[in-house]
Amino acid sequence: MSEANQTINTSSVTDAAATIRQLQLGVSSKPRTLLGDAWRRFRRHTLAMIGAGVLIFLTLAVTAGAWWYERYMVDQQAQSGIPVTAENPDIRALIDHLDFLALLSPPTHVHPFGTDDLGRDLLARCIYGGRVSLAVGFVAMLIAISLGTIIGAAAGFFGGVVDQALMRLTDLFLSLPSVPLILLTVYLFRDPVIQAMGSPEAGIFVIVVTVIGALAWMQTARVVRATFLSLKEKEFVEAARCLGISQTAIMFRHILPNAISPIIVAATLEIGSAIIAESTLSFLGVGFPPDTPTWGRLVTDGSQYLQAAPWLALIPGLLIFLTVLSINFMGDGLRDALDPRSRL
Amino acid sequence: MAQYVLRRVLIAVPTLLIISFVIFAILALAPGDPLAQFALNPAIPESTRELIRIQFGLDQPWYVRYVKWLTALARGDWGFSFGTRGPVIDLIWQRLPQTLIVVGTAYLIAVLIAIPIGVISAVKQYSLFDQVATFAAFIGFSVPSFFTGLALMLVFAINLKWFPIVYNSTLNLAGWDGIVEQIRQMALPVTVLVVQQTAALTRFMRSSMLDNLPLDYVRTARAKGLADRMVIIRHVLRNSMIPVVTLIALGIPTIFAGAIITENLFRVNGIGQLLITSIQNSDTPVVMAITFIFACLTVLFNLIADILYGVLDPRVRYS
Repeated sequence: MSEANQTINTSSVTDAAATIRQLQLGVSSKPRTLLGDAWRRFRRHTLAMIGAGVLIFLTLAVTAGAWWYERYMVDQQAQSGIPVTAENPDIRALIDHLDFLALLSPPTHVHPFGTDDLGRDLLARCIYGGRVSLAVGFVAMLIAISLGTIIGAAAGFFGGVVDQALMRLTDLFLSLPSVPLILLTVYLFRDPVIQAMGSPEAGIFVIVVTVIGALAWMQTARVVRATFLSLKEKEFVEAARCLGISQTAIMFRHILPNAISPIIVAATLEIGSAIIAESTLSFLGVGFPPDTPTWGRLVTDGSQYLQAAPWLALIPGLLIFLTVLSINFMGDGLRDALDPRSRL
Repeated sequence: MAQYVLRRVLIAVPTLLIISFVIFAILALAPGDPLAQFALNPAIPESTRELIRIQFGLDQPWYVRYVKWLTALARGDWGFSFGTRGPVIDLIWQRLPQTLIVVGTAYLIAVLIAIPIGVISAVKQYSLFDQVATFAAFIGFSVPSFFTGLALMLVFAINLKWFPIVYNSTLNLAGWDGIVEQIRQMALPVTVLVVQQTAALTRFMRSSMLDNLPLDYVRTARAKGLADRMVIIRHVLRNSMIPVVTLIALGIPTIFAGAIITENLFRVNGIGQLLITSIQNSDTPVVMAITFIFACLTVLFNLIADILYGVLDPRVRYS
């Protein structure tokens, strides 16, 4: 009894000492940084953390997961079904593997997401499609954000005629009917772009991300312009000017970092809307060619079997939904986390 | 005020001109022959095809055709469809009622649902209701409308058989049965659009209410002993509606864009479906007309939103 007390006492004493040491360490060695603060606030946003987790999982699933699933699928096909003939098949080859013994099969251990009318494995197709869909979202976002940042920065920094012209351009783009225009441009210009790029997949990818990106930069441009307008008269910019720093360096090294929070939030949300835009295009039959299974394309193909095999449309649809939902929660969390007014 | 409206209208006109020019240029510069379908038809000889080409004015350079299109439009002539060989405007008049009835009903329902949800969410901020509504709004933003459509179709049309899968526009609307049938077939496409629109409107309504709730006039209203319900409905709601009304106006073009997807999914023969089939058939005059109508809607409702804002909020001054 007394022995037990003794141990508790000693342990609590050492605990307290450790805590004090830790506190001292924390104060002396780790100053609070902007990003550190943001990360602390972000962690408190449960839904945003779940969203980030889901996104990391999906990204890993379509990259590293694909590598593992190739083996699994070859194994399963060898045991039951039509064996895969190709040697060391990658995921691109497996999406076209036809398992005639399992046409329109519901999810089983052989085909975890089921198969379509030709016996093609839906999980393999979802992995491949996920790569395309996520890449479209990411690249379209990069295009939109770069355009928006450059246009907004130029408008805000130079002011005057440049500002007037660029803001008229922004207003004009905001009045463009984006859905019909994306449909139209992709449908009409895909053949020459495919020829220029060499393969249908690369060609459609380039035109889809370009058109989606080119019609989505306006909000970013406005936010960046507003930041530039409010900061370009500040003392630090004047100081940089006095030091003889070039205009581009002042724009991008000194002023732009102050607009980074809204840009990050806009970038996150843009990935989500680009994924929806691409899947809508594919759904309307104007996107990727039929042999490239993007998530939107899989939903379209599956919708013909809605009654007999509902999983064919529902699983890829759920994947789009889950991805975009996670991105939107993450964007919401980032908005709170990166807002310097919300201190812990 | 009148001067401001006039100036905004004067800006809107060149905007529309530039947009129409851009759309026309995209359509005209695209590779591919709009009369390609005739080339496949062995019954039409080369010389006839050339005649058709001249008849449609396709032998002229595209900027000449643009000026012709524009002057014809100014007279109310939208051109002739390559597909049906009839006037484009007739096609659009045939299709417009279906789109308007679905889109209009959906938007009305969305507004009627979103406003009370937004108000309750804001008044009881961080309550269970607010959290559920916020979560639901995020789901509404994130779900692609074709997926909502397919899921609803699977549950309510295929499994439960409550509603028809395909929209039938030749329905005889006479009598009670016809009306019930019309409501049944509209239910699913309307729900898809409602889900899409309600989410955004709820969030706007909530944040607008939250902006107004801590203001002095609300405290004054409470201090003079008004019932809580009165303060919310008569004072806070009215002021919170100012930005929301403009957003409702701004949302109208987006719901038309949303209709492109639902109409294709449920086979509603509205203008959204006409757009897709015309794009696929390279029916340039129809595509041009519909895309331009979408652009007009966007510009028009931007204008309406700006003007409404000034009418509703006397603090806004036009200089």
